[in-house]
Amino acid sequence: MQQWHFHPVVRLLAQRIGLGLLTLWVISLLIFVGIQLLPGDLADAVLGQSATPETVAAFRHELKLDLPPHIRYLHWLSGAVEGDFGRSLANQRPVAELIGWRFGNSLFLAGVTALIAVPLAVVLGLMAALYRNTLFDKLISTSTLSVISFPEFFVAYILIALFSVQLPFFPSIASITPDMGLGQKLYAVFLPCLTLALVVTAHMMRQTRAAIINILASAYIEMANLKGLKRMRIVVLHAFPNALSPVINVIALNLAYLVVGVVIVEVVFVYPGLGQLLVDSVAKRDIPVVQASGLIFATTYVLLNLLADILSILCNPRLRSPR
Amino acid sequence: MTSGLNLLLSAPLSARLGMLMVLLVLLAAIFAPVIAPYGETQIAGDVWLSGSAQHLLGTDNLGRDLFTRLLFGARNTIAIAFLITALSFLMGTLLGFLAATVSGWTDQLLSRIIDILMAFPTLIFALMILSVVGTSIPALVVVIALLDSTRVFRLSRAVAMDIEVMEFVEAARLRGEGLWWLMRHEILPNAMPPLVAEFGLRFCFVFLFIAALSFLGLGIQPPTADWGSMVRENAGAITFGIYTPLWPATAIAFLTVGVNLVVDWFLHLASGLED
Repeated sequence: MQQWHFHPVVRLLAQRIGLGLLTLWVISLLIFVGIQLLPGDLADAVLGQSATPETVAAFRHELKLDLPPHIRYLHWLSGAVEGDFGRSLANQRPVAELIGWRFGNSLFLAGVTALIAVPLAVVLGLMAALYRNTLFDKLISTSTLSVISFPEFFVAYILIALFSVQLPFFPSIASITPDMGLGQKLYAVFLPCLTLALVVTAHMMRQTRAAIINILASAYIEMANLKGLKRMRIVVLHAFPNALSPVINVIALNLAYLVVGVVIVEVVFVYPGLGQLLVDSVAKRDIPVVQASGLIFATTYVLLNLLADILSILCNPRLRSPR
Repeated sequence: MTSGLNLLLSAPLSARLGMLMVLLVLLAAIFAPVIAPYGETQIAGDVWLSGSAQHLLGTDNLGRDLFTRLLFGARNTIAIAFLITALSFLMGTLLGFLAATVSGWTDQLLSRIIDILMAFPTLIFALMILSVVGTSIPALVVVIALLDSTRVFRLSRAVAMDIEVMEFVEAARLRGEGLWWLMRHEILPNAMPPLVAEFGLRFCFVFLFIAALSFLGLGIQPPTADWGSMVRENAGAITFGIYTPLWPATAIAFLTVGVNLVVDWFLHLASGLED
């Protein structure tokens, strides 16, 4: 009987993608089961005590609460895959309509931040690792450690106090509308982006530094050193290919963190993003909106983590070459 | 006892500073009712007054004394964060040790469940659960402890795995000691140093997490004083150039930095590295 022989990379990738899909499925299940745990009936909660039995029945029928749970789950999941999340309980508008524009805004905020933070963090991390234990390294390590210790909203309010109140350069409320140009949008999101960039850069830079130092301490680098190779050659040809995998991993993990980190910053700056919508809907117990935005956040997070793993498998020189 | 004292005296400057910061906050929290010039929810003056002899740090959005609120806030937030961390360690270490000691399919099952829970972004998970069960302090404690125990599980399982293969555990097994005895008398004492350091880190995380939830209006509910919700309540003032919300925010940062400084030193000790 013929045995299937896959390249080890293919097998690893298939395993990882399978696990990712499984995670997504369990998450959708968890989110759905969440409403089943809701104490009391959703219809009673929304319509109040004074509702007549007819209106309650009609409401239950409209939300398909009268169907058995597994049918409702399949219905909800197939709707979600097609981008139909039902209607908001608070204002009866389709959830997809509420979410679409805001999700775009959140991605815009996270995207602009990533464009600033990723190159900055990698370069700073690399320099801190190469010149470790110098004044430069210590300065950067101390300042990033303190930024990490602060809650995001602390950083945000300090920036508002500095650049919006003391020096009135930038707006403290990042309101954007669909008809604004790119320049206006960038100006509006300056402070939220700066807040996120500071926090994310600090995390990413520290992890990059640790990853590079880890590699510089390995035996083959010492070997290259002992052979008398030039420092530049060691860094570019020996350390860099091996550092690529952990560094890409660090970047993707921080992007995943960024997607969730926008929630707090959006609330501070009253930015019309998905995080703001999620927080508002949790307070209003608008379950369909909470479900949909939670699912989108969780999916983005899981996919970015998956991407991190896939890229780090692909970038690992030891796995790429056949044995 | 003297060795413990010597250890404290040998601590580097940063760790001593951290201990001082933590001690200061703890004292403020414990003696809040004695030190505080006003009641926790007492309206003591006009809205958003600046600092004066009557009101050391001014007043908040309802005219309550900010210094008083800050003291009571320390009490409430730290007590709840400590309770959550303790609960999450109880669950996490118990399950982690169990997975390592029993191994086999129990370990596989627990580890896979934890993997999936950890794949879910914590803040989003907490928000979704709180939207269902409502925001009350018991709900907050259980939800955060549950989410946090996944991290404790990972660490305690890994640590227990290393201890579990040692000869003294094998000897105890052959003696016929039960599972609970193995976990309590063989594994736990040897797993203490990394777990204590982790406790500090987890406490910081939980503390910041509660502050974030309260800041979003979904954590500790008013009128209970709490640093996160105090930032939220006074946030509007900052655009008028009144820096009231910066006080509770600074308090949060102060405690986190303090704990981190101590934990850094502790990790360094536990790793046994020189320099």
